[in-house]
Amino acid sequence: MCVVCGCSGAAAAEAPKGVVVDARTGDLHFGAGAARVSVPGMSAARAIQLEADVLGANNRIAAANRAHFQAHGVRAYNLVSSPGSGKTTLLCATIEALRRRAPGLPLAVIEGDQQTSHDADRIRATGAPAIQVNTGKGCHLDAPMVAEAFARLPIHGHAHAQGHDHHGHHDHGPAQDPGALLFIENVGNLVCPAMWDLGEAAKVAILSVTEGEDKPLKYPDLFAAARLMVIHKTDLLPHVDFDVARCIAYAQRVNPGIEVLLLSSRSGVGMDAWLDWLLQPAA
Amino acid sequence: MHEMSLAGGILKLVDDAAARDPFARVQRLHLQAGALAGVEVRALRFALEAMAPGTRLEGAEIVIDEPPGQAWCLRCGQTVAIASRSDDCPQCGSHQLQPTGGTELKVVDLMVID
Repeated sequence: MCVVCGCSGAAAAEAPKGVVVDARTGDLHFGAGAARVSVPGMSAARAIQLEADVLGANNRIAAANRAHFQAHGVRAYNLVSSPGSGKTTLLCATIEALRRRAPGLPLAVIEGDQQTSHDADRIRATGAPAIQVNTGKGCHLDAPMVAEAFARLPIHGHAHAQGHDHHGHHDHGPAQDPGALLFIENVGNLVCPAMWDLGEAAKVAILSVTEGEDKPLKYPDLFAAARLMVIHKTDLLPHVDFDVARCIAYAQRVNPGIEVLLLSSRSGVGMDAWLDWLLQPAA
Repeated sequence: MHEMSLAGGILKLVDDAAARDPFARVQRLHLQAGALAGVEVRALRFALEAMAPGTRLEGAEIVIDEPPGQAWCLRCGQTVAIASRSDDCPQCGSHQLQPTGGTELKVVDLMVID
């Protein structure tokens, strides 16, 4: 018997949990478990490798939305801005203008807000179908919300947007429509919507001239994620200290490829270029 | 405060992992939130701690790596370090930067207890 510790001295001592003993040589392999490392006092713990994107679940649904939109010939735009930039006003004016430019083009709107259906009501008053998504405490729309809302829109049919209830029940047939536009008005917020892909063709950032021209620098993630920046309410430019050139330079600083349009929903200046942009052939 | 939604996404990933490979709770949660990922790390930690009670994350140590922002400068033709998307190239001052690193937001691994 060992005089130091009193053990039997036999070689076949049982290996502690988590240790692999080589049957032939008696070599001990600590760290052979999933954790690949042995930590005293932590033998019950093991590591699980995930390497999983936190937004992965959202992004998978966004990809499905994108495929769904494509199958229906629908082009979706995700409109992002701070509250009060005039997104809903711009949409109402856009719907009216599109009705003149492209009378047969089906349109639909998904309206995101924390509460109320005020915005969807304003869109519906133009005759275009709209679904309000209230996020409750949520600060942005996510891909599952858009999937739910899109399923409830008659955009696959011939939505003439005349204000009558003639959308009825259309079959989800193959995409034989010449095209359709879906506007997704995100929750007014210059931070959070930047991260969530909804399946849109492009994000459009709207910045009104009553805000600071340095917003692109203050909220770079959102302007970096947008393909187009619309400088809105330009009819107010004579009354405010908004430096358009500086604003554009700031936006290009965070996103060298960003496109820019100036627009006033109230006067209609810039509306034609905006419609051209919306209706441009897919890249 | 989109960090609350992100914390919910992280909890979902943990629960999904437990469904595939059952465990009782997480001892250590290891995340990566890059400097350009659009995440406020303090807010994310707060959200995770607020959400943890009653879940597999209760009592878990939260380790959040913050990989620095990196971008490819078109003018310099090389990778440079940036802290935000509004930064210019620290070498030539150009805005023509394409972020290449520090945009990730992911769960790297979990140390779990059965």
